[in-house]
Amino acid sequence: MIKKFDKKDEESGSGSNPFQHLEKSAVLQEARIFNETPINPRRCLHILTKIIYLLNQGEHFGTTEATEAFFAMTRLFQSNDQTLRRMCYLTIKEMANISEDVIIVTSSLTKDMTGKEDVYRGPAIRALCRITDTTMLQAIERYMKQAIVDKVPSVSSSALVSSLHMVKMSYDVVKRWVNEAQEAASSDNIMVQYHALGLLYHLRKNDRLAVTKMLNKFTKSGLKSPFAYCMLIRIASKLLDETEGGHDSPLFDFIESSLRNKNEMVVYEAASAIVHMPNCTARELAPAVSVLQLFCSSPKAALRYAAVRTLNKVAMKHPSAVTACNLDLENLITDSNRSIATLAITTLLKTGSESSVDRLMKQISSFVSEISDEFKVVVVQAISALCQKYPRKHSVMMNFLSNMLRDDGGFEYKRAIVDCIISIIEENPESKETGLAHLCEFIEDCEHTVLATKILHLLGKEGPRTPQPSKYIRFIFNRVVLESEAVRAAAVSALAKFGAQNDDLLPSVLVLMQRCMMDSDDEVRDRATFYMNVLQQKQKALNAAYIFNGLSVSIPGLEKSLHQYTLEPSEKPFDMKSVPLATTPITEQKLEIAPVATSKLPEKLAPSRQDIYQEQLASIPEFQSLGPLFKSSEPVQLTEAETEYVVRCIKHTFARHMVFQFDCTNTLNDQLLQKVVVQMEPSEAYEVAHYIPAPSLPYSQPGSSYTLVRLPDDDPTAVSCTFSCTMKYLVRDCDPNTGEPDDDGYDDEYVLEDLEVTVADHIQKVLKPNFGAAWEEVGDENEKEETFALASVRTLDEAVGNIISFLGMQPCERSDKVPENKNSHVLFLAGVFRGGHDVLVRARLALADGVTMQVTVRSTEETVVDVILASVG
Amino acid sequence: MCSWFQVGSARRVTAQGSPRQHRVSAAAAEMDSTSLEPSLYTVKAVFILDNDGNRLLSKYYDPELYPTMKEQKNFENNVFSKTHKADNEIAFLEGMTIVYKSSIDLFFYVVGSAQENELMLMSVLNCLFDSISHILRKNVERRCLLDNMEGVFLAVDEIIDGGVILESDSQQVLQKVNYRADDNPLTEQSVAQHLTEKLALTTNVSVMSLHQPSVCPVSLLCFSQSSRLGRSLATL
Repeated sequence: MIKKFDKKDEESGSGSNPFQHLEKSAVLQEARIFNETPINPRRCLHILTKIIYLLNQGEHFGTTEATEAFFAMTRLFQSNDQTLRRMCYLTIKEMANISEDVIIVTSSLTKDMTGKEDVYRGPAIRALCRITDTTMLQAIERYMKQAIVDKVPSVSSSALVSSLHMVKMSYDVVKRWVNEAQEAASSDNIMVQYHALGLLYHLRKNDRLAVTKMLNKFTKSGLKSPFAYCMLIRIASKLLDETEGGHDSPLFDFIESSLRNKNEMVVYEAASAIVHMPNCTARELAPAVSVLQLFCSSPKAALRYAAVRTLNKVAMKHPSAVTACNLDLENLITDSNRSIATLAITTLLKTGSESSVDRLMKQISSFVSEISDEFKVVVVQAISALCQKYPRKHSVMMNFLSNMLRDDGGFEYKRAIVDCIISIIEENPESKETGLAHLCEFIEDCEHTVLATKILHLLGKEGPRTPQPSKYIRFIFNRVVLESEAVRAAAVSALAKFGAQNDDLLPSVLVLMQRCMMDSDDEVRDRATFYMNVLQQKQKALNAAYIFNGLSVSIPGLEKSLHQYTLEPSEKPFDMKSVPLATTPITEQKLEIAPVATSKLPEKLAPSRQDIYQEQLASIPEFQSLGPLFKSSEPVQLTEAETEYVVRCIKHTFARHMVFQFDCTNTLNDQLLQKVVVQMEPSEAYEVAHYIPAPSLPYSQPGSSYTLVRLPDDDPTAVSCTFSCTMKYLVRDCDPNTGEPDDDGYDDEYVLEDLEVTVADHIQKVLKPNFGAAWEEVGDENEKEETFALASVRTLDEAVGNIISFLGMQPCERSDKVPENKNSHVLFLAGVFRGGHDVLVRARLALADGVTMQVTVRSTEETVVDVILASVG
Repeated sequence: MCSWFQVGSARRVTAQGSPRQHRVSAAAAEMDSTSLEPSLYTVKAVFILDNDGNRLLSKYYDPELYPTMKEQKNFENNVFSKTHKADNEIAFLEGMTIVYKSSIDLFFYVVGSAQENELMLMSVLNCLFDSISHILRKNVERRCLLDNMEGVFLAVDEIIDGGVILESDSQQVLQKVNYRADDNPLTEQSVAQHLTEKLALTTNVSVMSLHQPSVCPVSLLCFSQSSRLGRSLATL
């Protein structure tokens, strides 16, 4: 109907849009009539409208032409036509940035601003402030102050809002108007009140005391404007957050009382503020949830949307608090506004029971194609959370996800689905094959390089270990033929893993590799050649080291070491063992739910904590000869909290030494500590080699003292040791206010808690993505096995946790997760012992009365095996 | 906000695909974000589109949001394509809450941040719509809006100033703008009517059939009318 109308309209030739074929030059030509006398208000008005319309359409005006038109326009101030004058103000604002010398209209605007015509005054103020700079602002300061307290609301509002815009530019000038703003805040007009409150807060927001005072005043006197009320709630909740005020504070009471306001806007603002408060209890949430529940049945879509969106947020943290609204949410799942329906369903998925999942999934799949990508991501996140909650539902979810994967959608949406499928595969071994099949199908037609490479990597890792690895080869090789360089390279790596794992596939993989060696891209060719040669050796150890388990060094560390090596050329080949190991394993971490926010992280690899320590320690001359830092422990507290001095220790392990870094803080403001040293008395054959004191510890400024300990060379099995620690220092009393110390001081000491060094301090975690291959690589040359009974442990979970934390090694193959209702479990641990010796542990656990554990240790170095078994025993 | 923009633009170079796709991540992240900085700056953008998605009026108040005309028009197109089919009042797109309303062949949009109070945005939209409806004498359609563009510009200026809600009561806005569409605008139709009346008076020929009693804004009708008038003049 409308279309038809349009068509006819065009035929009529009258031009349905009077502005349709406007030519900028023609309009500027027309603008010449501004100079005619007498002024024709109607025609001039039309031309000004055309100019503003063109600017609005994004037409570019050159400085000269804009300035010319602007100057011509200034003549129109002679006319007293109201609309024409108002359009002049608009033109001034629109052209303020493109025309030169706009300040020429200052006097005309000042005249209008202080004149008798009230309709001109407000708009004139706003136009004037648009063209004013800091120096000019001082000239009109007097008028602005008057205008803020003017009894005409539009004048006062205009002045207040313009002042707010000016704060960014001339804070110091506007700050002086705070008294006038204060006066305006008690105005009867609701908008003036709102604007005055906004300006006042903006001027005072860095002064917490002033904000508190202002809040007290307005919460008591009450505000008429709902906007101002909302603003007040926001200020109050921000203040509560900053001061970490408890929920018994009067501010919280104020927010809660706003839930009973008669304006919906205020009620919603208050409910939303309560929901967003950190650590709110279910009881405190209840009143907010119940008003939101009421809003769910509102006829206004915006109100329903607001309510369900906020409830969805509550459900993330407190699903039980929302269950009361389940019935209302059920009614919303058929809402014609799909955003509301989606939010309702995802909320129900979080709060509902396992039995309702199928029904909800069916409902949502009926309209998932209609909703925007943003909400699709929300749906995927909800599914991801569900899979963790109800692992048995994975087949329903997997089906649903694969359908979503086939639909159109942007990168973030697809990535969320792929991440979700991968996490399901990792959680449920029985879903692996279906999941991999869906992903294989997806990469057949995937435009996102990142996702394709990620899936290929996963296929390489998981595919070879499925019953029928050969069926994945086709999917992978298709990528080599069809895709971009990055994907081809990833596909080659994945192929190599199949060849390395499955002997019967090896000949075919080698043929395919041969073809890849003809690729047009360097990286693809290099990889193919490399893998080809490794595979042809047919040695398990080589496969494990170069195909399954890549480098485990820290990338920034490797970069630095290589750079160092090129600076000081030597005869010796570069030693990989001199590179510090990566501290946090990059892959195979459990996929968090709601990982979307992580995409904001910069892509660049940030230096790890250990890289920072490495740098710090290397800058101390005494420690330069120690070699690369092997491992840094988590900080250990050596004092109780809230004591005079707070000391924590970080243990740094080197090849033959340990450095203890004591971070000390002096919490007494009447003392200055100097020459602070932590004296250590070892229980074993450890030898303290050197102390580096912290020269001075003023009040509340942390400082570090170091102790260097030589590890016993003759007895490599002595890995654990207890040190008794005493902090020794020179005290100088000082004035608490000025910090001025007395001239002389006295020696004092302070006993700290004992410090333990355990086997975990000598082992660095290393992730072996394919543990079996690594196990074969190390071989059984130094294998030793022993059986222990862990009497004190009651569950397998507990036993696994204890072993991991005791040995400080990396669990592989997700063996740190014990399946439910099982009586036995095998734990795989991998690490590198100080000195660069690989060490692998396989612990078979059986649950009877206690837990029985059979530990098998393999390492490249025999003593390491002995050390581990001795320490476990 | 700012840091996100930098990351977004940096990735745009490396990853293929339109910039819009990257916005989604921020959108979902912002949906969960908790901070709601107390500020008067409530409205991020206002625009009025016709039923082909063409911009008739648009104002962006946050200089960091879609700084270029191209980005603005992309955003408007995206919003239009997602909203013009169903009159759903509210949508969430590209990390922005959007409230909207349509009338005949016009679409009114008010855009705020993801954390903004949706009802505040609604009150701005209602005020904008009611004011314009009054100014256009209830003829809220494209042609009439374009004929009275200056009134529309002035109304928007009185409702929002630089992103701050200046007035939310449409009566107040109307009083300040003090502008209404002509009661009897000088259109083809009125010319035609005027002419026929004159003719009827002077020549005494009955042209009663030409009189259309109601005011019809559709120029299609006045076109057919004027052609009929042409024919009747020819017969004279």
